[in-house]
Amino acid sequence: MKKTIFALAASAAALMTTGAMADGHAKTKACFIYIGPTGDFGWTYQHDQGRKSIEAAFGDKVETAYLENVPESAEAQRSIEKFARSGCNIIFTTSFNYMDPTNKAAGKHPDVKFEHATGYKREHPNISTYSSKFYQGRYIQGQIAAKMSKTGVAGYIASFPIPEVVRGINSFVLGAQSVNPDFKLKVVWVSTWFDPPKEADAAKALIDQGVDIITQHTDSTGPMQVAAERGIKAFGQASDMIKFGPKTQLTSIIDEWGPYYVSRVKAVMDGTWKQQDVWHGMADGNVVMAPYTNMPDEVAEAAKKTAAAIKDGSFEPFTGPITKQDGSVWLKEGEKAEVGTLLGMNFYVKGVDDKLPQ
Amino acid sequence: MRIELQKRAGGSSVFAVLSPFVALLLTVLAGGIMFALLGKNPVFALYTYFVEPLADPWSREQILVKATPLVLIAIGLAVCFRSGNWNIGAEGQYLIGGMFGAAIPVLFNEWQSPLVLPLMLLMGMAGGALYAFIPAILKARFGTNEILTSLMLVYVAQQFVDWLVRGPWRDPKGFGFPGSKQFNESAVLPSLSSGSDVHLGALFAVVAAIAIWFVLTRTLKGFEIAVLGQSPRAGRFAGFSAKRLTIFVFLLSGALAGLAGISEVSGSVEKLDDKLSLGYGFAAIIVAFLGRLNPLGILAAGLVLALTYIGGEAAQISLGVSDRAARVFQGLLLFFVLACDTLIHYRIRLVSRLPKAGAA
Repeated sequence: MKKTIFALAASAAALMTTGAMADGHAKTKACFIYIGPTGDFGWTYQHDQGRKSIEAAFGDKVETAYLENVPESAEAQRSIEKFARSGCNIIFTTSFNYMDPTNKAAGKHPDVKFEHATGYKREHPNISTYSSKFYQGRYIQGQIAAKMSKTGVAGYIASFPIPEVVRGINSFVLGAQSVNPDFKLKVVWVSTWFDPPKEADAAKALIDQGVDIITQHTDSTGPMQVAAERGIKAFGQASDMIKFGPKTQLTSIIDEWGPYYVSRVKAVMDGTWKQQDVWHGMADGNVVMAPYTNMPDEVAEAAKKTAAAIKDGSFEPFTGPITKQDGSVWLKEGEKAEVGTLLGMNFYVKGVDDKLPQ
Repeated sequence: MRIELQKRAGGSSVFAVLSPFVALLLTVLAGGIMFALLGKNPVFALYTYFVEPLADPWSREQILVKATPLVLIAIGLAVCFRSGNWNIGAEGQYLIGGMFGAAIPVLFNEWQSPLVLPLMLLMGMAGGALYAFIPAILKARFGTNEILTSLMLVYVAQQFVDWLVRGPWRDPKGFGFPGSKQFNESAVLPSLSSGSDVHLGALFAVVAAIAIWFVLTRTLKGFEIAVLGQSPRAGRFAGFSAKRLTIFVFLLSGALAGLAGISEVSGSVEKLDDKLSLGYGFAAIIVAFLGRLNPLGILAAGLVLALTYIGGEAAQISLGVSDRAARVFQGLLLFFVLACDTLIHYRIRLVSRLPKAGAA
């Protein structure tokens, strides 16, 4: 027994010293805070793919780590702090409500670079924000939905009424109305990013109310699976969910974080990292549409055309005329939305059958 | 050959002291096997889990922060359990305590005064005690099973607090995220030293441990708790009322759980949100037993359990094991603690053959 304890202690001590050596700055350490499990096959899964592409790009020169299922609460503060103290050179926090904890940690650790996804606060020079124009993909989905729906009503499973989610809903409706001006959208707010049973229940409720297309702004494959059971169509979210609905998924917005993550880690290695706020879209390859499946060829062709127009900049979803839900004019004919209004979007456009929670 | 459990005449005093340590050792060994099965180096895994967090002062602080609610709740539970009252609902009492205390800064957000904090703490304790009073009175009056009622009230509390922070108490500027407004400074429990994350709640836990230890070992009340817990009949002959004691211990443990709740809300989270409870009320049951239902033992046991939380995070970072590993450790620990208690009352004998008739 004594021998075993001694052996254990000795090997622990040995590991301690090698660990300390690995902590030297020979390797760049990139760390990730996730809201859900890496196996959600949606939002977090896709960020984790981005983490893996850092490993693939830099091999031995980089070390990565992640913490999953970190609640957006006091726990997040501790987890971010823990990373900052365990030798991470750059920390990616990948959910909206990590905003304040990330900024707080950035103030305490000026030598560490912070990257906050989907937020807008940059209170210190060592914090950047980044997001993607997912709404561009939502517009294409709206068009497809209007062409595929028999009832003329789609269902939207929404998480929290933050601008990013509201923007997605509006863009979807605008896309649908470009095909069918009377198209309606029902919204269910589930107040969670990841809760498969709750998301699935929301999908069931929507289907019972007569929607025949489901789309979601939550992270699990629950809604896709319900749509598959009920034999209607659905859009995947954040990742290609075709495995979970081979006969159900029309397309999916795929979040490609890899190129951005690789470029930011590279910037840290080269010493060229600077604060920035990026909002990339389809043109940059950050928002990618999954193959158009389970639809007639002409619907797929139309979708491809819209995607090409968004990519080359000849078309932008938030272009007037657009009327707000209350009937007032938001954008006149040909007028383009200002970035500031889009980033702070807190109103619905006409055709959303829901009252925006305040 | 077979293994036989033989009842000891009295309890073994050696194993009464030793059994938590044996349980810890078995937990660590089982954990090592688990890591090996996951393809991780078990020695390195156990090192990151149980030693690394102790090496760094910041981590040690985090352990104290985590241990605070666990210890406060477990002390109250120990009193309940010693008296034969099985309060499984500390989780709910913790939540309602936090909610009662938070009511002041939530409803009077602008009110800044040195009175705010003491009032919040009192409200927290009152909330927890009131919520514990429900299963207590049901047991004393109608003889209901307190294990069931206290447990089921946990779910009621969870839903109620969840509704509050998503509905009437939600911060109108919070983008719809569940949670109240941030408290103002006079509603925040101060740190023990400036810049530290350890708040005054840690001091409450130590004071409570010493006070309850004193009550249990040096006062008539403590004697009453022990007598009624071990032999209700003997207690009745001594003139103690089991019903009155049930009410007393539930109120006490509810108040301590409520104090834990409001300390966490006011000292760590600084607002009321839907993630106040990370299962502390249930984890505290493990702490109470690991500490052998002794308040001073519970102080140590609370630190051990806090270590499994913080170590779980460290292991996730260095080894990439799931955050569920921490829960597995906690489960293993409770299992081994309860199993090892067998050794106090029984001795294990290896019997080579069936005993001959009449030989025993």
